[in-house]
Amino acid sequence: MGLKILTEHINVPGIETLEVYRKHGGYKSVEKALKTMSPEEVVEEVKTSGLRGRGGAGFPTGMKWSFLAKPEGIPRYLVCNADESEPGTFKDRWFMEHNPHALVEGMITSSYALGANKSYIYIRGELLFVLRILEKAIAEAYAAGLLGKNILGSGYDLDLHVAPGGGAYICGEETALLESLEGKRGNPRNKPPFPAVKGLFQSPTVVNNVETIASVPWIVNNTGAEYAKIGIGRSTGTKLISASGNINKPGVYEIELGVPVEEFIYSDQYCGGIWKGKQLKAVVPGGSSVPILPTNLILKTAAGEDRLMSYESLSDGGFVSGSMLGSGAFIVFDEDQCIVRNTWNYARFYHHESCGQCSPCREGTGWMEKVLHRIEYGHGHQQDIDLLVSVAKQIEGNTICPLGDAAAWPVAAAIRHFREEFEWHIKHPQEATAPGAVYRGQLAEVTA
Amino acid sequence: MAETINEVKFSDEAMAEIQRYISHYPEGRQKSAILPILHIAQAESGGWVSPEVMDKVAQILNIQPIEVYEVATFYTMFNLKPVGKHVLEVCRTGPCCLRGADQVIDMIKQKLNIEEGETSADGMFTLKPVECLASCGSGPMLQVREKFYENIDSEEKLDEFLETMRHSEAEKPHHLK
Repeated sequence: MGLKILTEHINVPGIETLEVYRKHGGYKSVEKALKTMSPEEVVEEVKTSGLRGRGGAGFPTGMKWSFLAKPEGIPRYLVCNADESEPGTFKDRWFMEHNPHALVEGMITSSYALGANKSYIYIRGELLFVLRILEKAIAEAYAAGLLGKNILGSGYDLDLHVAPGGGAYICGEETALLESLEGKRGNPRNKPPFPAVKGLFQSPTVVNNVETIASVPWIVNNTGAEYAKIGIGRSTGTKLISASGNINKPGVYEIELGVPVEEFIYSDQYCGGIWKGKQLKAVVPGGSSVPILPTNLILKTAAGEDRLMSYESLSDGGFVSGSMLGSGAFIVFDEDQCIVRNTWNYARFYHHESCGQCSPCREGTGWMEKVLHRIEYGHGHQQDIDLLVSVAKQIEGNTICPLGDAAAWPVAAAIRHFREEFEWHIKHPQEATAPGAVYRGQLAEVTA
Repeated sequence: MAETINEVKFSDEAMAEIQRYISHYPEGRQKSAILPILHIAQAESGGWVSPEVMDKVAQILNIQPIEVYEVATFYTMFNLKPVGKHVLEVCRTGPCCLRGADQVIDMIKQKLNIEEGETSADGMFTLKPVECLASCGSGPMLQVREKFYENIDSEEKLDEFLETMRHSEAEKPHHLK
């Protein structure tokens, strides 16, 4: 374990400058792609690599690229989704802050593959300080002839710009992002048409996550076949994991997909174990939207196999006993954490972030927040648990964008695995609302 | 040349930066630059955008004022009423709460004698709890203008932070640095 594709040079002093970045092999993929490969060949390599979207959905990148419509005389766009806002996720911010040229290089090589002559990096507005870092890197790239007209004498032109958001989680959804990039409210679009046909300014557009795009240079330099050898099964390559919560070493770790979850939590190479010598209670393995799993189900699958850090293993058992790799945001809970309070916190988040366009999400997220709030603060009713399950079900699948699902899943999963804790809050409001009180009963056993 | 409307005036540096963002988009798509312009406008206007400031943005972009209002009211970073010298945007979301963000927010309320959304009597601080800021590995944390202040995990650190801010000027808009 330990191959570093994205972070090999991230701690080199000055790596944020073009000079140092190039000394460490930076921009080789631009030379190789633009001078020796056709755009189609680059797309083929990415297909062969098995690279999957690193923003959360895990859709094969090469396939997404091949869907891009190419009508004559109409511009195409590549847009990088740097709106990283999923609670628990901070890998893209950290990566761009420390190694901005790696994203710029990925944008040039990927834009060439897609035939885009104008590309944008849409970054969340709270990260204006990272936007400054990226703009500086882009200016250096222009000055070195790596951006602009006739890049490295290849005849290929590309303009690259950074655009800030204004504070809205929903703009991480690709069609809301495109609306925002056009200067509007971030209301997701109905699909079809998909962005690959009608995206930015009604033109064919690909939207990819920061980490996805930053993985492309290695694939171009080393071939897709080599990339596909890394990782496990259909989870090829490496993944940046944002580790947070009650662990000794929070931070971003690049792992080869397939590392056992237990090793990831307890090894000093990664999270370094649970802080203050406490016991593990639960993990949200892929960002706030994915199902929370209690200790027994995060370490082993329902079938008793070791749970691995991969798309397939983390989702083994479906939502009955599994979860998702998502964006790789690994949030760890120790024994002192209250699941009801945490679930209310996420419900508040989704209510706050719902754009309000679809009524099941606009109303349902508000209901879930209110009902969870009253359970947490000792005013819950016996029927509230079933009410929450029912509201979550009515949101799920009934909205035009995935925010509805993202709001429903964490509530449904918390009740699925920690129902006793919710019941305890309702039955014993005085005990439950005492300062520092936490339910310490048996974790709900799951019968798959 | 600096421009004025209803006495709203942006500096030459701000206008140059605004024009630079507008130039990033295809012709006729200048409205795309609305978010970067609102950030610049807010930084130039004491940390908030008044209706007059928004009208000025509409004039620059050659769009209807309503198109600016509907955008400014959708995105949480734009303050629609006056704020204190330092707006404390404290992350209140799950991962930060696992490490004590709720307590940090409570301590700020107590120390400054304000509730969420309010400004301290001396006009120094506004408390604005916000959702996840992509700094979950360094919580509890907060943001003031463009800067992150991370690992505020004890009362001593919070006191030290507040004391430093009390004696600091508001961060200058980036385009004036």
